Amino acid sequence: MDKEFLEQGLNHNRRKFLSRLSLGVGSVALGSLLIPDLFSGKKEAEESLMRALPHFAPKAKRIIYLFQNGAPSQLETFDYKPQLIKSFGQELPESIRKGQRLTGMTAGQDSFPLVGSYFEFNQYGQSRAWISSLFPHLSAVVDDLCIVKSMHTEAINHDPALTFFQTGAQVGNRPSMGSWLSYGLGSENENLPAFCVLLSRGKGNGQGVYSKLWSSGFLDARHQGVQFSNSEDPVLYLSDAEGVDKNQRRRMLDQLAAMNELSYQEFNDPQITTKVQQYEMAFRMQTAVPEITDVSKEPDAVVKLYGPDCLVPGTYAANCLLARKLSENGVRFVQLYHQGWDTHDNLPNQMIGQAKDVDQASAALITDLKQRGLLDETLVIWGGEFGRTNYCQGKIAPENYGRDHHPRAFSIFMAGGGVKSGMVYGETDDFGYNIQENPVHVHDFQATVMHLMGIDHEKLIYKHLGRRYRLTDVHGKVVNDLIA
Amino acid sequence: MTYSSLIRGLIWIASLATLWSCSEKSATPPELLEGEQLSYNFHIRPILSDKCFACHGPDANKREANLRLDTEAGAFAALKDSPGKFALVAGKPLNSEVYHRITSADPSLIMPPPESNLSLTETEVQLITRWIEQGAKYEPHWAFTRVEKPKVPTIEWGTNEIDRFVAAKIKSKGLEPNSEASSFELIKRASLDLTGLPPSLELLEKYAGFKGGNTYDKLLDQLLSSPAYGEKMAILWLDISRYSDSYGYQDDNIRSQWPYRDWVIHAFNKNLPYDQFLTWQLAGDLLPNPTKEQILATAFNRNHKYTEEGGIIEEEYRVEYVLDKTNTFSKGILGITMECAQCHDHKYDPVSQKEYYELYAFFNNSQEKGFEGDVSVSKPAKTPILWVEQEDLDGILSFINHPDTSKLSISVMGELEEKRTTYILNRGAYDAPTLPVEASTPTSILSFSPSFEKNRLGLAKWTTHRDNPLTARVFVNLIWQEIFGRGIVKSAGDFGMQGDLPTHPELLNWLAADFMEQGWNMKVLLKKILLSATYRQSASISSTHLEIDPDNLYLARAPRLRLPAENIQDLVLASSGLLVGEIGGPSVKPYQPSGLWEAATSGRGVLANYQQDTGNKLYRRGIYNFIKLTVPPPKAIIFDSSNRDRCEITRNRTNTPLQALAMMNDPMVLEAARVLATKLSEKYTKSDQSINEAFKRIVCRELKTEEKELLQNYYDTELKHFQTNPKDAAAILDVGEYPIHPRAITPQNAALMQVIVSLYNLEETITKS
Repeated sequence: MDKEFLEQGLNHNRRKFLSRLSLGVGSVALGSLLIPDLFSGKKEAEESLMRALPHFAPKAKRIIYLFQNGAPSQLETFDYKPQLIKSFGQELPESIRKGQRLTGMTAGQDSFPLVGSYFEFNQYGQSRAWISSLFPHLSAVVDDLCIVKSMHTEAINHDPALTFFQTGAQVGNRPSMGSWLSYGLGSENENLPAFCVLLSRGKGNGQGVYSKLWSSGFLDARHQGVQFSNSEDPVLYLSDAEGVDKNQRRRMLDQLAAMNELSYQEFNDPQITTKVQQYEMAFRMQTAVPEITDVSKEPDAVVKLYGPDCLVPGTYAANCLLARKLSENGVRFVQLYHQGWDTHDNLPNQMIGQAKDVDQASAALITDLKQRGLLDETLVIWGGEFGRTNYCQGKIAPENYGRDHHPRAFSIFMAGGGVKSGMVYGETDDFGYNIQENPVHVHDFQATVMHLMGIDHEKLIYKHLGRRYRLTDVHGKVVNDLIA
Repeated sequence: MTYSSLIRGLIWIASLATLWSCSEKSATPPELLEGEQLSYNFHIRPILSDKCFACHGPDANKREANLRLDTEAGAFAALKDSPGKFALVAGKPLNSEVYHRITSADPSLIMPPPESNLSLTETEVQLITRWIEQGAKYEPHWAFTRVEKPKVPTIEWGTNEIDRFVAAKIKSKGLEPNSEASSFELIKRASLDLTGLPPSLELLEKYAGFKGGNTYDKLLDQLLSSPAYGEKMAILWLDISRYSDSYGYQDDNIRSQWPYRDWVIHAFNKNLPYDQFLTWQLAGDLLPNPTKEQILATAFNRNHKYTEEGGIIEEEYRVEYVLDKTNTFSKGILGITMECAQCHDHKYDPVSQKEYYELYAFFNNSQEKGFEGDVSVSKPAKTPILWVEQEDLDGILSFINHPDTSKLSISVMGELEEKRTTYILNRGAYDAPTLPVEASTPTSILSFSPSFEKNRLGLAKWTTHRDNPLTARVFVNLIWQEIFGRGIVKSAGDFGMQGDLPTHPELLNWLAADFMEQGWNMKVLLKKILLSATYRQSASISSTHLEIDPDNLYLARAPRLRLPAENIQDLVLASSGLLVGEIGGPSVKPYQPSGLWEAATSGRGVLANYQQDTGNKLYRRGIYNFIKLTVPPPKAIIFDSSNRDRCEITRNRTNTPLQALAMMNDPMVLEAARVLATKLSEKYTKSDQSINEAFKRIVCRELKTEEKELLQNYYDTELKHFQTNPKDAAAILDVGEYPIHPRAITPQNAALMQVIVSLYNLEETITKS
């Protein structure tokens, strides 16, 4: 970054003003993107607990969460069920369904005919994990993956299920996972937000995303996820208007600092100095963020690794590459959402498109991090909000069928960041309907992720309106089997 | 409790807070005065509630060792698990198990137990010990006792009763009140507080120095009678009533609740008494021969989210909607967070799960359905619907700003003819009903008189009854929060056991009692507060302030507060002359960075793409910005607005770089600066005159010499730059849709525009001080 320029730009007045706070530019002590209540002397209620963070040595420093929005089917990805192919068209036995509630989309069906994967499965790597033919690139990095086939959740509709995964509660307005980590651990880079959000969409049936998913809830707004967009402004209002160059912006900031100092002399309000600091931070972001989002200087090998889409802003591949760059630069939590996995009908076709979007870039991200020596300290997570039914929704044919929502068993994978590699954890029954061993509840998953980041999920708490809140509510246990 | 002991108590709390926050570093012994009488409400209950009640409190199912410490009877009863022993023995710590347990060195005996991650500080242990020594006297929770009007302290300071209470507190802290702010400061402050708009040049001139008949008192009357008053006040109520323009959930299609928003503005403007304001919203449809206006008000209970996701389970969402209504009522109106009792007896407050569902029963008889079809058949309102015809718009509903002649539909309340039985829902699950309950209210707050109807109208009567201890306290506290930035009770949505204690308990009682005596008159309440000397103090902060009272709990100075998002927009548009002062109507879609809605949509419904408005709709007040729940207006979120997902009653006030970016680069700000610059350069020949007026319009006071120099230098530098780079001048002036004459594309206008942008970016500009 243009460091020299930045420092030279400081005029004498402003230097004096800032140094009076012994907080010269560049030495601002930041817990996160935004300056916390630096001067107000406010103390968090649970300060002593917070002071102990991290609670133990972290295995991961950063997280990249590749959320597959809409719920990819476990039966066409990682949970191989030959029984379903054999039982094609047969009724889902009540002994398997066990009264599990169904969504209104299939509850009215006369019949629940079983249907197996259209795509073949093979075993890969030393772990001999089964992966469907839709994911050749992920198959090649299977020994870096920790596949969990026994996830389960409580919600059966998209909005509450997504919200539950991200905030630990189905109702809105609780802090997101990334916000909790920003609150607990802060940022590693003073020029970038601690929690960044990237959106993309495949061609499959889409479910929207909601900004409440990256909300800081009752936590301070500085812990909110900052959405990066693929328009000309990667961060809202980042670019200066046309006709305004850097020198001009610098002059305005100097002017503002001088005027604000006069105001400070009158009111003595520490908020005024904080404001000046925030403008300086904004100015630094204006340089730092475009540098990171610019992929034009990436070497050919990297472009080849992620695939040509990585040069098309707003694609999943571009977001994976951007996620690596943000993470590499110290962003604590990069949250991707890739929409389009809601395959109620026409599943094989939709899956082909969706898998093509994500397979290469997901694998590339893992390889890229590994090559840079960052995979050990970066936890990559891939998965949706629930699974899909083993029976067909709507018309059934071996090559064309649909699947409804299924919260009782589904698959995700993790990589790096202190999880066991080359592992397949948990097992479902022959019908892929119920979990047979090692169930992992969403709260257990959250507890485990927090643990990898060095946080005891029972101790990262925030008191709001009289109640102590945690990401895991009053539940969740760390799944030690997953930890290397 | 006497007044002076309260004061002492509060000094105490403050010193405790300090001690607690430093508890790891130092164990300074508490400054207990000899013979100091401790208060259960102020000293002990906060400790017990926070550290003990989760296991020894109201929740019968989670109660450990059968011991209950939240009631006197429970705490003094013989311990069931240890015959012959007692948790508390008045006056005798050594005979009290509580004392032994909280001082034990044995991890298996110590309370709270280590696995709870809670512990008592040394100070807390000493307080409890001293309290037992003094007889372990219990008191009813302060917020649940009837509001009685206290005697006003006899202290010579200020203009009205508020000041006597505040002065007593200020003096006791060793502080002195600030002197009165300047007239320009007061005009700006009062304008922002009562109308959300900066004062116009005319208003500043008229009341400058408050000379002759143009007194401060008159200024307040003028502001209170301005229609902008309703727009300002409505923002608070729209947060509480979680107003939005879309249904929320995944497809998030459009709905038309905006006539309700117009009604809220109207109700504030005509100063509908707060008790009626509540009654109409809770039960307008149940009043005898209700008017359409009274029915429209009940949209309050229909503003929450509605799912249009195909395949949802209808009853699951119907229950969710009733829960939202119940929680909004309890949080927004009663100031009690009851959500916990949805699943189990409340852990801190005396509200059982049964009582929660008794309250829920009032809202459970609504005609509405859990699902009326997916987004493909979405309509702007859902059953029951109020239809508004042209004749209504010409008559009783003339305040609705409806732009055409179509019929309007609004989701409102309506009762089922046959009563739906309400059941306690096990763990709050829609499919786990247990015992049936009747509509009623929590007895610990105020028992439900048999003379009240067992429906929402009865609930409204209970809520606005003189004996209800919460309604008036909570509302005057909300108004206090609006004006001073924090409530007398900081946790404005939690007056329960875990809530913050009032900093000025007697003042809160006095204000609440007076409010009810004055017929729940909101304008009278506001005027009283704004007339006080407390309000009129200067906002300047001394080192003594920062040392003794950094958070300004005791109000020895006026607060300095960043404006809410909506009012920042208002200030920019009004000061530039762009503001379109039209009131109400369908929400508008001003400039917004491209792609925000598109990136997050399911692709279904009419809100998949953002269709920006043009013309006058670009220049409306911030309250009218279209709120799509899943992607709320970006600047609103950057400036800490509620996302309207749930009832919210306190906004954060953060200071972030994203705010700096928005103020520097938002086209709305840039366009306003450009329009004002061209206007001023037509009016004046000299740049210093233009700068002078721009400053007065935006900062609302006269320039000081030093500022004048700085601004003029800045202008000269920019002018030189644009004279050398005329292309840059043309580029920066090319912003926004407001027309510009080619003649106006000059380096002078570009330079003046930059100066004005810098004025909008001053800390002082968007700060109420």
